[in-house]
Amino acid sequence: MKNILSPRGRVVLLGAALLLFPIVFSSAFYRDIGVAFLLAAISASAWNIVGGYAGQVSVGHSMFFGLGAYMPLLFYTLFGWSPIAGIPAGIVLSIALAVLIGLPTFRLSGHYFSMATIAVAELIRIFVGTWDFVGAAVGLQGPATARGWWDLTFRGELPYYYIFLAVLGIVLATTAFIERRRFGFYLRAIKSSERAARSLGVPVRRTKMQALALSAAFTSVAGSLYAAKTGFIDPDSGFGILVSVQMVIVAALGGAGVLFGPLLGALILIPLQIATNTWFGGGGSGLTYILYGGIIVLIARFEPGGVFELWYRVVPERWRRAYAP
Amino acid sequence: MVAVQVIVGGLLLGAIYALFSSGLTLIWGMMNFINFAHGEFVMLGMYVALMAVVWIGGGPAIFGIAAAVALAALGVVIYFSLIRHVTRGPMLAQILSTFGLALLLRYTAFWIFSANFVSLPTNALSGTVNLAGIYLPIGQLVAGLVAITLTIALHLLLTRTTVGSKLLAVAEDRTAAMLMGIRPDRMQALAWGLSAGAAGIAGALMATSYPWSPSVGETFGLIAFVVVALGGFGSVLGSLYAGLIIGLIQAASAFWLGAIYKDIVVYGLFVALLWLRPQGLMGKA
Repeated sequence: MKNILSPRGRVVLLGAALLLFPIVFSSAFYRDIGVAFLLAAISASAWNIVGGYAGQVSVGHSMFFGLGAYMPLLFYTLFGWSPIAGIPAGIVLSIALAVLIGLPTFRLSGHYFSMATIAVAELIRIFVGTWDFVGAAVGLQGPATARGWWDLTFRGELPYYYIFLAVLGIVLATTAFIERRRFGFYLRAIKSSERAARSLGVPVRRTKMQALALSAAFTSVAGSLYAAKTGFIDPDSGFGILVSVQMVIVAALGGAGVLFGPLLGALILIPLQIATNTWFGGGGSGLTYILYGGIIVLIARFEPGGVFELWYRVVPERWRRAYAP
Repeated sequence: MVAVQVIVGGLLLGAIYALFSSGLTLIWGMMNFINFAHGEFVMLGMYVALMAVVWIGGGPAIFGIAAAVALAALGVVIYFSLIRHVTRGPMLAQILSTFGLALLLRYTAFWIFSANFVSLPTNALSGTVNLAGIYLPIGQLVAGLVAITLTIALHLLLTRTTVGSKLLAVAEDRTAAMLMGIRPDRMQALAWGLSAGAAGIAGALMATSYPWSPSVGETFGLIAFVVVALGGFGSVLGSLYAGLIIGLIQAASAFWLGAIYKDIVVYGLFVALLWLRPQGLMGKA
């Protein structure tokens, strides 16, 4: 028992649970929830690198998500290429955009970065909506029927589930890796006090830039996966503010700057989202966002550390040892 | 002649931009704090004006004051219940507090008022006036002039009165101000009241001439960012000039490039500003 409850044991347990989930709950409904959960966890984990660990709160990460979602479908529409060809293009463009935003704003206070992200995301959304080359307001369509596995268009949910799970594994492993490296310590130093970090010789701007670029690249991949799964993208589902909101709320609810925070956040939020959509009916999406706004305000006001920190404060230590997630 | 009309129309709209943006810049100057819900305050001001017209009746003076008072009260309530508790917290809490508030207000407005565009019923300010060959809707003319007057009044309040000095003292050094017998909490609550009140009355002024829906809050919030970035963070006078400039640019690009490009041009200007002159026209680096 002791072995299973050790940190490494817990990770193995979590991995096994995620691997077995679609086999145990084999109905399309549960598998669909599983896929939505993984996608939310991937993009929020990507956001977490710059928003959580480095404390640079982006509220416009949809710009990277949208780039990642548009490029595969654009390549397919223009040249008939496999959507996979568009994934690296999305990553490259996202990193370029990250540099473009990071260079001027990382010299200034963190508020500038937040403002710039929301403004640039909105600028791109409106611009893409007027640009016929990328489908304007109508958006782009992926392959209707697959010509082969390389079209990433599958009948069932299962292939998506395992592809998404693999990507989530890569994102979390990368985060866990940098968490223990000097880079990870730099990020946390910057988060707690930029001035102190600089005075101790941390290359503040370069580190923030690298974190943003890494985060942008992963977010772009999340966008590509979304586009492959839905086979369709338009300005709102790619670059809309609600895409950014979802990343922020999932990460902050679980615990921003905690490795498994976004996972926990997605575990709470995705079922909640499905429940509210079911309770309030088709017109309920508005109420879902009222709820989102309320949750975000409550997190900011009472528990900026998210559920993870709440857990560590509320649950006594001797219980924690036995039941820790 | 058409060009002159476009320019004057842009300046009058820009005056309203200046008024609500001065609220945003006041909060930034006071507390180093960005209010992501500021556009939503403007949007709520528009709905308060509509409700005042429908329920109480009466002219622009009544619904303008109603919007100002209602939003100022909301601003003070938000300060005491939310903002005061997050200002010394982590950056995440500061950004998320007003970002979440914006979502909450926006989608609550969608829920209550629906996504349809509404406008004020025709009122005393409808009709046009002919000024030396330029036809101007009376509503726009009055709204623009009132907005300029109020923005200048806010500037004078900050620079020429005791209350203004107290506000600036708190902005300069909270602890030192406290030692001088100023209560920082009261001053910051006042700043939030003034800021939200300015947004509310700007919304009421805009409601006299333009139809709106709950989604306008997002647009106005971003416009306020652009105006404040151009005018300089913390400078009310700067946001007056910048508001007029942005109104002008928007009207000109809508007229010569097409209506869909007016926001692209303005947001593009914001990105360019971040690169070239992040402290704005009148801001200190």
